[in-house]
Amino acid sequence: MSLSVKEVRKALSAKGSLLLVEAIPGIRYGEVVEVTLGTGETRLGQVIDVSRDVAVIQVFGGVSEVNTKAARVRFRGETLRIPVSLDMLGRIFDGLARPIDGGPPILPEDWADINGAPINPASREPPSEFIETGISAIDGLFSIVRGQKLPIFSGAGLPHNRIAAQIVRQARVRGKGEKFAVVFAAIGVTYEEAYFFMESLRRTGNIENIVAFINTAASPVIERIAIPRVALTTAEFLAWKYGMHVLVVMTDMTNYCEALRELSAAREEIPGRRGYPGYMYTDLATIYERAGRIRGKDGSVTQMPILTMPDDDITHPIPDLTGYITEGQIVLSRDLHRKGIYPPVDVLLSLSRLMKDGVGPGKTREDHYQVFMQLIAAYTEGQYLRELSAIVGTESLSERDKKYLAFADLFERRFINQGEYERRTIEQTLDIGWELLATLPEEELKLISVENIKKYHPKYRRKSKGE
Amino acid sequence: MVKGRIWRISGPLVVAEQMHGSMVYEVVYVGEERLIGEIIGMQGDRAFIQVYEDTSGLRVGEPVEGSGDLLSAELGPGILGRVFDGLQRPLSDMELIVGPFVERGVKLPSLPRDKKWVFRRNTNLRVGDKVRPGDVLGTVKETELVLHKIMVPPNVHGTLVEVAGDGDYTVEDAIGYVDVGGGRKVELKLMHRWPVRKPRPYLSRLEPTEPLIIGQRVLDMMFPIARGGKAAVPGGFGSGKTVLLQTMTKWARTQINIYVGCGERGNEMADALHSFLKLKDPESGRPLAEKAVFIANTSNMPVAARETSVFLGVTIGEYFRDMGYDVLMVADSTSRWAEAMREISARLEEMPGEEGFPAYLGSRLAEFYERAGRVKCAGSPERTGSLTIVGAVSPPGADFSEPVTQNTLRYIGTLIALDVALANRRHFPAISWLISYSLYVETLARWWEKRFPNWKAMRDEALEILQRENELMEIVRLVGPDALPDSDKLLLDAARMIREDFLQQNAFHPIDAYCPPEKTVGMMEVILTFYHEARKALEAGVPLEKIRALPVRAKIARMKEVEYDKFPSVKKELLKEIHESINSLIGGGAAA
Ligand SMILES: Nc1ncnc2c1ncn2[C@@H]1O[C@H](COP(=O)(O)OP(=O)(O)OP(=O)(O)O)[C@@H](O)[C@H]1O
Ligand SMILES: Nc1ncnc2c1ncn2[C@@H]1O[C@H](COP(=O)(O)OP(=O)(O)OP(=O)(O)O)[C@@H](O)[C@H]1O
Ligand SMILES: [Mg+2]
Ligand SMILES: [Mg+2]
Repeated sequence: MSLSVKEVRKALSAKGSLLLVEAIPGIRYGEVVEVTLGTGETRLGQVIDVSRDVAVIQVFGGVSEVNTKAARVRFRGETLRIPVSLDMLGRIFDGLARPIDGGPPILPEDWADINGAPINPASREPPSEFIETGISAIDGLFSIVRGQKLPIFSGAGLPHNRIAAQIVRQARVRGKGEKFAVVFAAIGVTYEEAYFFMESLRRTGNIENIVAFINTAASPVIERIAIPRVALTTAEFLAWKYGMHVLVVMTDMTNYCEALRELSAAREEIPGRRGYPGYMYTDLATIYERAGRIRGKDGSVTQMPILTMPDDDITHPIPDLTGYITEGQIVLSRDLHRKGIYPPVDVLLSLSRLMKDGVGPGKTREDHYQVFMQLIAAYTEGQYLRELSAIVGTESLSERDKKYLAFADLFERRFINQGEYERRTIEQTLDIGWELLATLPEEELKLISVENIKKYHPKYRRKSKGE
Repeated sequence: MVKGRIWRISGPLVVAEQMHGSMVYEVVYVGEERLIGEIIGMQGDRAFIQVYEDTSGLRVGEPVEGSGDLLSAELGPGILGRVFDGLQRPLSDMELIVGPFVERGVKLPSLPRDKKWVFRRNTNLRVGDKVRPGDVLGTVKETELVLHKIMVPPNVHGTLVEVAGDGDYTVEDAIGYVDVGGGRKVELKLMHRWPVRKPRPYLSRLEPTEPLIIGQRVLDMMFPIARGGKAAVPGGFGSGKTVLLQTMTKWARTQINIYVGCGERGNEMADALHSFLKLKDPESGRPLAEKAVFIANTSNMPVAARETSVFLGVTIGEYFRDMGYDVLMVADSTSRWAEAMREISARLEEMPGEEGFPAYLGSRLAEFYERAGRVKCAGSPERTGSLTIVGAVSPPGADFSEPVTQNTLRYIGTLIALDVALANRRHFPAISWLISYSLYVETLARWWEKRFPNWKAMRDEALEILQRENELMEIVRLVGPDALPDSDKLLLDAARMIREDFLQQNAFHPIDAYCPPEKTVGMMEVILTFYHEARKALEAGVPLEKIRALPVRAKIARMKEVEYDKFPSVKKELLKEIHESINSLIGGGAAA
């Protein structure tokens, strides 16, 4: 490969994170370049447009201090690759996979292209293994399965990181002792957030199962474009090479999208909605689609990206495009948070699309799906009556309506609310659900089959126990 | 062939020079790896090429070679039950060669080359006969569900000079020759090729007078789609587009279904493939995959191929239509295709239209939807076929005023508008009865009324009740339900029954996933009968609480779960119980 290394000694112009150089023959689209500054510092970059005359280079680290006269640009002849190895477990890296924990460099087992390759849709195995997180709101209502991509839509100041940490701490697939790993990518977050996460991971005691990539708010913006891909490349290596079940937590994807917008503006592209580039859907898809299971392979990649919705607006392009790609979303509610409910999961806006394949007889329990539907329906009714009674008062409500009102409160306090260190089994979760449903008239339970009512409704259970 | 060189590479767009003599839409091979691309514009000797594979690693100066051909589909036996990418490469064959990740530069035949098919020749056809495009030469029973008709390809006219007898042939074996005049003979095979951007010819268009029965109550009863019609399904994320499109391809009464996943999720595709193998055709008990074709170009696969995946789907659809079949093609999602168009257009530095989409967005959508239709097929024997197209639209922020939704509305006959608010309340399918419409209602009413005389009247009444509910709810929100007279409260009850016990239909319920037309109409009849009888009771002075307490209401709510063959008797009992219980309320002195 060294024969193909080419070098240009003069840049035409530098702006934002882009460097324009005179093209020389043989430059490859997408290849990696090393930009050496007058000071001797070297930065990595990538060719994002090339013609006979000009090559446009996106420089990781930005072009500050680049002297167009003194810079040297070396073309490496290959696309961006990172070293991957099992030894990465337990280590901390920056956004380009360079160790930042003071430990030794990684001896690569392999070099992997950070863009990965799309999984052949015909080779995918539909995800169906239930992951028990021990959190009722998630396990009972928005179950996660291995190979799913399920984001948390949060807002500034909401406890998304605590929830993600709890999931990482508690998640397990029941009855299986398989190899499990967590890949954590901190994208442009505050030092506190990164620290909080690392601490809580460390406290779980199995730090050797975790690979962390950290790009704090102070790190170069452009590295944020690379970091999710670097993290996923590592996750894929662990999953597909070593058969591990990898959970990838990425926070905060909003910072990633901001970086993408910045880059697009530097390229002088026509801006789309709210200034984000028109190809943001496709760009995000090349990240989120790297979750899944592959037929005939042991491992899996499950993604839990976290993003903060600007101004809590779910129609903002960042949550909107994410929702169009991921398999559902867990939305946090500021109202519930204010009420002191933890985790403050907005039940009506949240959804897990792969839930139906992961629950039911043999997986969780036969009544799971029906209980879920009935709880949601009852809570929806309760919410509606809450709004109504705010206007007309509770006096005009019927007995039935009052029961629904009470149900909505109970549901929030008993079912959704739980301790940050409390782990509930799926049976406990469903039983709490039944306890609440039992406060409603039995004929209201239209979404539950008669058999399941007879089997699980506390009224009949008590009777059969009494006998 | 034209041979040029790469001059510029910008993502999926490659500009090549020295391309004199190439034509727009010609397929070209780009670079040393011979990536597949298509010329989308020419300027002097420069060709603008959209490349259907990842362009990373290409260098300026690498060769570009013309093929002389337009981008074409291979049509013939071996197409059913398979998954293709946007270039019609069979993805399961690709897996065998390169493993579970999609790689570029892989060249694969679309149809299996070594498989032999049992060909039965059309005995009405003799050597010396004049043949025209569409004439059926014979048949191959490709799957238990589908008899694949082998037709004279479009553009071939002449005298049949040789035709093979019954026997086993591969798609490339000659099964006959046609003398097309001028001393030229054209070889006939089980397979032929057709350019995907070019509509296949037919004799004449027919009026869409037959409904496409889908088994979804809200569609069959309220917003029907005609065979050969066009429908769009816009809706925000999670509103149920994919589930609805998959449900249609599972249950719609068609002979062939084509599912195009265009810029959407890989797991969804995998799920569709698996469930089509598992689910059985209701009539024959065979796996649904036997009458289906899948085209998968997921969101992380090259963007330019989204366009080819849509046109490939339509072309395969027309091919089966030409055999005289009723075909349904669904595309999920046309917005992703439009976005790919926008990206290429931006790289071409074309003048952007609304929201950056190219000015030709509308005409490109029209080219797609206009290929739907019910037609008298070309060739003999005489036959009619239909191609119905349903496209999902993914409007940003669920805002229907955006260009893709608005341009689509200009070409479609049924709007199936999905409402995120309904989906959040778990009202599925989340089809808004206030926004959706069907232009086919009047024409299709004739078909329905021959079988169910009150179809139209019931439909209109139900929609009116829902409309009235919407008005009344505004009052309720201001002053509470108590302020309404009992007659309005009863109407609200009826509206609720229509919504919950009729419109809502769980796509994953073992029985309710599919609802045959008899049951659909029957359920509506029961609900409306209850409403009419209850109104009578109210007028006779029976208090509303008494009506609300009737146990028959709970039974009505469980009609959905009744198996199809038991439904007629259940319906009879329900109607009887409604009449009797209301009469006893009226007569039994319940009236104050
Ligand atoms: N280092 C930490 N140690 C313990 N808890 C923490 C830590 N950092 C954050 N938290 C918890 O997470 C919650 C949210 O933190 P924080 O205020 O950083 O949210 P945020 O979403 O990052 O807000 P913003 O985006 O406005 O910075 C806090 O209520 C706190 O309980
Ligand atoms: N008819 C239905 N019955 C039961 N559940 C449904 C039905 N339709 C939709 N759903 C529920 O809604 C979820 C989202 O539906 P779907 O995936 O079809 O949305 P979508 O509109 O295609 O979203 P996107 O645009 O993000 O692809 C499903 O996973 C399922 O839980
Ligand atoms: Mg923060
Ligand atoms: Mg979808």
